[in-house]
Amino acid sequence: MDSDLTPDQKTFRDTTRNFLNKTSSSPQIRALADSGAGTDRTWWSQGAELGWTAMLVPEDLGGGTVSGEPLRDLCLVAREFGRTCAPGPLLTTSAVLTGLAAAGEAHAEAIEAIMTGDSLASWAFYEPSRGWDSSTPGTAADPLPGGGFTLSGTKDRVEAGESADLFLVTAHSPGGPVQVLVPRDTPGLSVTPSWSLDATRRFATLSFAGAVVPPGAVVQRGEAAREAVETQLHNTALLAAAEMTGALQAMFDVTVQWMFDRYTFGRPLASYQALKHRMADNKTAMEACLATTAGAAGALDSGAPDAHEMVSIAKAYVGDKVPAILQDFVQLHGGLGVTWEHDLHLYLRRTACDRALYGTPDEHRRRIAATLEGNAA
Amino acid sequence: MSTATSTGTADATGTEPVEEFRLRARAWLAENLPPAADTPAGNIDDDVWLRARVLQGRIHAGGFAGICFPKEYGGLGLGPDHQHAFNEEAAGYELPIVLNVPSVAICAATILDLGTEEQKKQYLPGIISGRDVWCQLLSEPGGGSDLAGVITKSERNGEDWTINGSKVWSSAAYAADYGLCLTRSNWDVPKHSGLTMFILPLKAPGVTVHRIKLVNGANEFCQVFFDDVRLPAGNVVGAVDDGWATASQQLFHERNAMGGGSPYVSGPRFSKAAHGPNLLELARETGQLGDTSVRDQLADVRIMQVVSKQLVRRIGSAIATGELTPQASSILRLFEAERTWTEYDAAFRIAGANAVAGPSLQDPGHGQAGLRYLSRQAGSLGGGSTEIARNIISERVLGMPREAAADRGVAFKDVKRGGA
Ligand SMILES: Cc1cc2nc3c(=O)[nH]c(=O)nc-3n(C[C@H](O)[C@H](O)[C@H](O)COP(=O)(O)OP(=O)(O)OC[C@H]3O[C@@H](n4cnc5c(N)ncnc54)[C@H](O)[C@@H]3O)c2cc1C
Repeated sequence: MDSDLTPDQKTFRDTTRNFLNKTSSSPQIRALADSGAGTDRTWWSQGAELGWTAMLVPEDLGGGTVSGEPLRDLCLVAREFGRTCAPGPLLTTSAVLTGLAAAGEAHAEAIEAIMTGDSLASWAFYEPSRGWDSSTPGTAADPLPGGGFTLSGTKDRVEAGESADLFLVTAHSPGGPVQVLVPRDTPGLSVTPSWSLDATRRFATLSFAGAVVPPGAVVQRGEAAREAVETQLHNTALLAAAEMTGALQAMFDVTVQWMFDRYTFGRPLASYQALKHRMADNKTAMEACLATTAGAAGALDSGAPDAHEMVSIAKAYVGDKVPAILQDFVQLHGGLGVTWEHDLHLYLRRTACDRALYGTPDEHRRRIAATLEGNAA
Repeated sequence: MSTATSTGTADATGTEPVEEFRLRARAWLAENLPPAADTPAGNIDDDVWLRARVLQGRIHAGGFAGICFPKEYGGLGLGPDHQHAFNEEAAGYELPIVLNVPSVAICAATILDLGTEEQKKQYLPGIISGRDVWCQLLSEPGGGSDLAGVITKSERNGEDWTINGSKVWSSAAYAADYGLCLTRSNWDVPKHSGLTMFILPLKAPGVTVHRIKLVNGANEFCQVFFDDVRLPAGNVVGAVDDGWATASQQLFHERNAMGGGSPYVSGPRFSKAAHGPNLLELARETGQLGDTSVRDQLADVRIMQVVSKQLVRRIGSAIATGELTPQASSILRLFEAERTWTEYDAAFRIAGANAVAGPSLQDPGHGQAGLRYLSRQAGSLGGGSTEIARNIISERVLGMPREAAADRGVAFKDVKRGGA
């Protein structure tokens, strides 16, 4: 609940909220959607100045948190993104920064450029028809003499892929998993824009055909890379959950107001018990979504041993609930709910994306079951 | 999030720091309480109550009873963090869980809030020490949801009162020493204005208790009849004709306890003994651990358990800071019902044929899973139904218009009543 935020966190949240209200209003989001353009880099740099990119980076690398709890802080931003369907590559950038920060000093320059917004970075993780399992990337990293690699394979659903300058690529080498930083203009890398259900988020497919990665671009290998990838996935899944809760909060308020304003048979929708009861269920689920997202953020921040399970629980629960509730809001709006004019579909699009990316509820349920089995063994 | 504990040194009032309290509880529990049985007790019956009183007496003598009740009434005068620490430490031990609801978490909590100084001194130590068991005498054959429509009659006779009528669905009334009994004291005013709440000793002359058998074969439910039961004026809780205020507070404690938000509930919510089968074991035993849909259900049950705890924390602190109205405890009540369905349904599905016939009725993964499935709705009716919880959330939390009521503003004697 917001009552347990520190004054600094509240200020931080409000600054982000005010900025997004000004720059990501519904007409602005719609104009951006119509233009087909991807991320507005000036806008993203302004966000970076507000601190959106600093949280996951340690202080000695120029980052810093508002409260000492980086994921709780970042969830506040993600929730505000959800409230306005803001278009920025918050999730994927956070994944990249998580991975780079885990490797420490070596990539200080790239971190710095991403933090200021000068460089736009995206995480290339997903591969066609492979799901969000991080254990065996199909993209091959063939070792070169001297420590570099050549990459071959395809990465898909790469957020902001078309506009990004830099990709953190998760691949498989004979020595185990590796993560490498690949500039967009690397020969042998081609970027093809793809369609997107979200109104403003853009995705791309990357094809690597013998793209050469020098030794200095290797971020991590082996067990360290595997762990980093898991953490990236969990941090990002959590932010997706937080974004969905923000979207839910925004549309919950809109729907309740609508139920007071809309009259049928001489009385407001809000007076019909069948509808009141549905909103009571939705309210209960919304509070549960907020509670489990906060619980997972706290677990990650405190390094709790069950933190990854808490994230899977949050992503599975929130991912199942939020789009379903937004569908219910559409129903409660009647014909208006299925129009392009009403904002509901923007939120439905966003949360449908967040549900499906970084581990679907089903994929996270499978992880939870595996954890249960592991704990019992 | 890790546990909500506030550590530190004893403050000016000499309060023991939570972590010290936790360690002391850990050591004491290991020495003094037996481990929880793997199988739940099945039917709650006389021996269960006897055992509960003994265990509570032991916990009381050991200095761990009534953690959140003030010292002057037999409690420890500590806070929810202490209770939380104790609950975590107590997982895995045999505990008098049946005393929590309604005795301690509802009845004692209501007396603490609204009882007179004399009532608190007279009754709370007995509840906290396990000497006395309390029950709730609210619902009547004519209705439970419309609680303010009770017709059990209280009449003043000089200094005393006389009670006539009948209550039903009173859990454990047969084992109880006292009940909080809602009565109608005035028929000439609208229904909420003519109620009075009494402390009613169940062993008093004129009280008859009949037991009712439930779908799962259990018979802890009772119907209680009052024939000219005489009570002194000192047994009124709250004010005469203002019993609805008392009942409302009592219902708040009930919803909070049903939802898992009460600081007066002692012991773990998801203990082996208090809850059903180990579903993972059951899936293994029935050869389904590799089945994707079974694994999904295991995960769903786990999700609901964890989210429930997280929700309790969130709503609890929001009510404490005033960000949400106390009525929001209905959110917990509603969620907890859903959690129960998820768990009971999963157990029944995974148990398959084992839940309907076979040698082991007492096995939580077999016969008990079947019985729980049959009585699945009990948790959605007891403590006020989930429909009423939804009314409260929509009307009192979201501020939506109240349901039309044909009895609003009408003298109760002129209100239409059903035949049941
Ligand atoms: C396990 C259990 C333990 C209990 N323990 C106790 C106890 O110790 N002491 C005690 O006094 N009582 C106890 N009860 C009774 C319980 O409080 C009532 O059963 C409950 O309040 C419902 O009342 P009712 O049974 O009279 O159903 P009714 O009030 O007749 O309701 C029947 C159905 O209609 C629905 N309904 C009623 N009114 C509305 C409305 N306005 N809007 C929408 N739906 C409505 C209800 O939700 C329910 O589904 C217990 C019940 C159970 C199941």
